[in-house]
Amino acid sequence: MANTKEVRKQIASIKSTQKITSAMEMVAASKMKKTQDSMLEGRPYSLKIKDVISHVALANSEYRHPFYEERSPKKACFIVVSSDKGLCGGLNINLFKHVIAKSAELNEQNIASCFALIGTKAAGFFKSVGGEVVGVAEKLGDKPNPDDLIGLTKVVLDMHKISDIDQAYLCSNSFVNTMTQQPTVEQLIPLKPEEKDESAPSQWDYIYEPEAKELLDGLLTRYIESLVYQAVVENNACEQAAKMIAMKNATDNAGDLIKELELLYNNVRQAAITQELSEIVGGAAAV
Amino acid sequence: MSKIKINIVSSSEEIYSGEATMVFATGTLGELGIAPGHTPLLTGLAPGPVRVQNGSDEEAFFCSGGFLEVQPDLITVLSDTAERAESLDESEAIKAKEVAEKELANKDATIDYAKASAQLAEAVARLKTIQKLRKKQ
Repeated sequence: MANTKEVRKQIASIKSTQKITSAMEMVAASKMKKTQDSMLEGRPYSLKIKDVISHVALANSEYRHPFYEERSPKKACFIVVSSDKGLCGGLNINLFKHVIAKSAELNEQNIASCFALIGTKAAGFFKSVGGEVVGVAEKLGDKPNPDDLIGLTKVVLDMHKISDIDQAYLCSNSFVNTMTQQPTVEQLIPLKPEEKDESAPSQWDYIYEPEAKELLDGLLTRYIESLVYQAVVENNACEQAAKMIAMKNATDNAGDLIKELELLYNNVRQAAITQELSEIVGGAAAV
Repeated sequence: MSKIKINIVSSSEEIYSGEATMVFATGTLGELGIAPGHTPLLTGLAPGPVRVQNGSDEEAFFCSGGFLEVQPDLITVLSDTAERAESLDESEAIKAKEVAEKELANKDATIDYAKASAQLAEAVARLKTIQKLRKKQ
């Protein structure tokens, strides 16, 4: 039978763990608000640039950008967006599962994979399972700067330019609501052309200053950068939401455990008292 | 007086959204003045002010570069948050590659699918167990 001292010690240690998890829950809750705000702040840009891109697609341009080109694919690059810190439930693991499944599917079609990783967790995972990693960006913090992602995106786009890769996928969690985060694997390159509205007159074209090629190069690069940035910000919001839920569960679990242990503690104490009493009574009877 | 809609956005925020009678900006090839009904135009922006005139009011925003799209009834300014230069981008790219090489020095280039799925399955199982434990209580 466990003794009371042991049980008491155990209760104390769980209580201190519970304090930590409940503090982490509160921290995550307050950060979640901020990360959601920055997710919403970035939206106007991605919407506007999407508008512009769709206008460009409608224009009767003589220049067609390589990002729209469907090549026969030999190699694909996955940009994997993960969190820097753990303790957020299955968030990263679920995403990696999707990435690995997609990569295995491409592998069967003889399309090789390489990976550009954002976040410490992705770097750690691919370090342990292998895979060709072409770029890593980590420790971006709670308020990632768009500039921190330029390098990584450029690595991928440059590889596409020299035909090292033919496809690029963006893998991240999309924020549905606080309880639900959906892992998604989205095709970045080739860009899906916007559906042309047949009724609209497409006899016009822009005046390009400077040349169309140079401009569209820049514009589409920005577009992809903005998609990656938006994915990172959204993943951040997901991370905080998932962390909050995970920590809430941990706190609740600790509470349940403490209740059970207190019951055990009382049982043990009562048993000890009963035993002592019966010993006294037995002793008295013997005298 | 006819007006034209204008939106100025940067990747981290919406800077301005409204109407204007005239917009001035610094394109990569020189100063631009855009009045409502302008022919479609796509241009790069050089660092400089974007001035929005609405009647007698005028507001100015600093743009460190980006793109300007003009449709007859709509102007969109996609502003960069930071100054961009080819050389700077290049050094950022090299940095990202270096981290990758440092992190994953002498690592297999081929991914071990069996190992990856086994590892993920284990992690998922662990999470599921915790959930089950929770439901039981």
